[in-house]
Amino acid sequence: MKVALVGNPNTGKSSLFNALTGLNQKVGNFPGVTVDKKYGTSRLPDQRVARIIDLPGCYSLYPKTQDEAIVYNVLSDKTNESHPDLVVVVVDATNLKRNLLLYFQVADLGIPLILALNMNDLAEKEQIYVDADKLSERLGVQVVKISARNKENIDGLKTAIATAPKFAVHSSTYSIPASTKNLVGHISQNFESDSEYASLLLAHQYPSMKHLTKEENRRLDKLIEEENFRSKDQQIEETVWRYGYIDKLVKECVRVEPKPSEPSLTDKIDDVLTHKVWGFVIFFFVLLFIFQSIFSWAEYPMALIEGMFSWLDETGRAYLPEGMFTDLLLNGILAGLGGVLVFIPQLAILFAFIAVLEETGYMARITFLMDKMMRKVGLSGKSVVPMIGGLACAVPSIMAARNIENWKDRIITIMVTPLISCAARLPVYILLISLVVPDDKVFGLFDLRGLTLLGLYVLGTVGAVFVAWIMKNLIKGKEASYFIMELPIYRAPRWKNVLLTMYDKVRTFVFEVGKIIIAISIVLWVAATYGPSERMDRIEQKYESAEFTDNYDADHLERMKSAELLENSYVGILGKSIEPVIRPLGFDWKIGIALITSIAAREVFVGTMATIYSVEGSDDDTTNIRETMAAAENPDTGEKIYTPATAFSLMVFYAFAMQCLSTIAVVKRETNGWKWPAIQFVYMTAMAYIASLIVYQLMR
Amino acid sequence: MKLSDLKVGQVGIIKEFTDLALSVKLMEMGCLPGESVSLERIAPMGDPIAIKVSGYQLSLRMEEASNVILHTKN
Repeated sequence: MKVALVGNPNTGKSSLFNALTGLNQKVGNFPGVTVDKKYGTSRLPDQRVARIIDLPGCYSLYPKTQDEAIVYNVLSDKTNESHPDLVVVVVDATNLKRNLLLYFQVADLGIPLILALNMNDLAEKEQIYVDADKLSERLGVQVVKISARNKENIDGLKTAIATAPKFAVHSSTYSIPASTKNLVGHISQNFESDSEYASLLLAHQYPSMKHLTKEENRRLDKLIEEENFRSKDQQIEETVWRYGYIDKLVKECVRVEPKPSEPSLTDKIDDVLTHKVWGFVIFFFVLLFIFQSIFSWAEYPMALIEGMFSWLDETGRAYLPEGMFTDLLLNGILAGLGGVLVFIPQLAILFAFIAVLEETGYMARITFLMDKMMRKVGLSGKSVVPMIGGLACAVPSIMAARNIENWKDRIITIMVTPLISCAARLPVYILLISLVVPDDKVFGLFDLRGLTLLGLYVLGTVGAVFVAWIMKNLIKGKEASYFIMELPIYRAPRWKNVLLTMYDKVRTFVFEVGKIIIAISIVLWVAATYGPSERMDRIEQKYESAEFTDNYDADHLERMKSAELLENSYVGILGKSIEPVIRPLGFDWKIGIALITSIAAREVFVGTMATIYSVEGSDDDTTNIRETMAAAENPDTGEKIYTPATAFSLMVFYAFAMQCLSTIAVVKRETNGWKWPAIQFVYMTAMAYIASLIVYQLMR
Repeated sequence: MKLSDLKVGQVGIIKEFTDLALSVKLMEMGCLPGESVSLERIAPMGDPIAIKVSGYQLSLRMEEASNVILHTKN
């Protein structure tokens, strides 16, 4: 049997889902939209296994966001694979009135349901006493008092699920107004619908219903037109009526003892956390702490993962027979896999923090605090955390943008986050800065190199704000942009929920983003390994000839050969063919090759440079590569290649260009298609090109 | 008087709304005509605001609050 959990946000629905399913849960996507679909299984007292699906939190069946639309779609469309046999409506006892609005809408759809009355402990502290028996009697359904956080009476709820009637036995409350009777009657006759209310909702929302055919849509258009149906007015009429009904019911079933009015704990905390000065100071330190942690805590596990992969690589080289297959396995698949897994520590840490911010209620305050500032540039208060995370890595940050309910705000956040200078740009910046910026002090105080680095970070951030502002005016919102948001009370985080969120996100990344990254890694490997066969053969022969084997030692020979092989591979040929295009930026074909290979990841630039200039030592050996690059001259003119103009042009290029496969893959997943990653790749590359062109032409 | 004109700590009774689509959303959130609302706090930069309505805190932008008309106090 399929059971759906439905409820307002902040009612403890996720805690209940975790308590019911334990570790037997999965996260997927609802088809066609990027809304998390959480489902799992739970064993009932009678040994049956129930499939539990956690629907997104919503306030009513009249959806305002993509998340909310899912709830209505799943509940109203019987052909939907997630359509439940039973709904558990989770309500917050401290806020029964608002929570019951959704309950009655769901009840009137005619689906069997149970009411789970959560947060009684909190309600009783507030001197609010709910008479569950009376409520049950009045509603005609089972009412189960639970505490999802403390896992109290979860078994009672399971028993209720097991014994719930198969057909709805409660009577509907809202009666369709006379003016719409005709319309509803027509719809009930022509469309499959369980109740009058379901027919009415169809009249409101058929344009967003995916399972209706074009013909059915046209018929509904005609009916609505004929009956002069006004959706908004009808909604208001219904909402006012329902609240009137709920008011009476709550008066009968809830006893509120007068209580000396003193500021609640939440009020006191809010006085500090949303304070003019302290609010920002504390928020700044929270961000600093998160940012520091993503960098420093992740460092060790990342080194461990990298170490493991280089060990695997060395072992592979030592024991596997030489040949194309081994090369593909090690340089293609293993390298791609390493590129995916190395993100796990940063991903896990950022998501742990975000889960804590959400769980405690602080996230809503961040939005409250930052909304005005962020709105000016087309973002929302919720964009702050993903963008700060972007300083470490855009990949987890883009996944974190899922917390932004508004579609337009979310898209803009996703589009500009990769412009924030991430950790992978650092090796590139450091190499190039040390190449052309003298190690001097400005005013005897500031390190010139440090200032240059800071300048690059500022450049990225300014770029992000600029693009956000442009996109604000270009992109059309799909849904009305309301801010209206509940400020939940502060609560201690539940660590189990935090861990489960972390686990879900990491798993999603590894399995869904990972496969795209590995696929593209393999393509890049093929292009960098293979070239026109006659050219490759010639190089092989050349280095086998006595002239070379006699005069150079084996190591040197191998480096020279791999540099020449790369130069003549498909990537090398492509690098040479784009030289005319990148010439105005001050780049030669060698840089062109590095630009192409570093699409895999920005730090690959350093390694590619090392290969092209056949530098000894490991990829991280920047001193060696620096000296070689500093000495590099243009064979035709004898001028230095890495002049300040070229180096700055290159740094600016890396500040703006979308040189990151993992980001492309994660944007594809988060936006559900190739449209947005394509736009992003094109605009970032264009921006990088133009900015580099200006820098080079001015500095030359 | 509008909801956006309230001072921190002041209480008002909702009379009506001037924006139809917005009123639907606000009503769902418990802001019905006749309900009493109090202004709890204003964000440091002057926008958005937080109000208390039917026992919980709701935040909304000034622009949205200016669509909520309150009964004038005698």
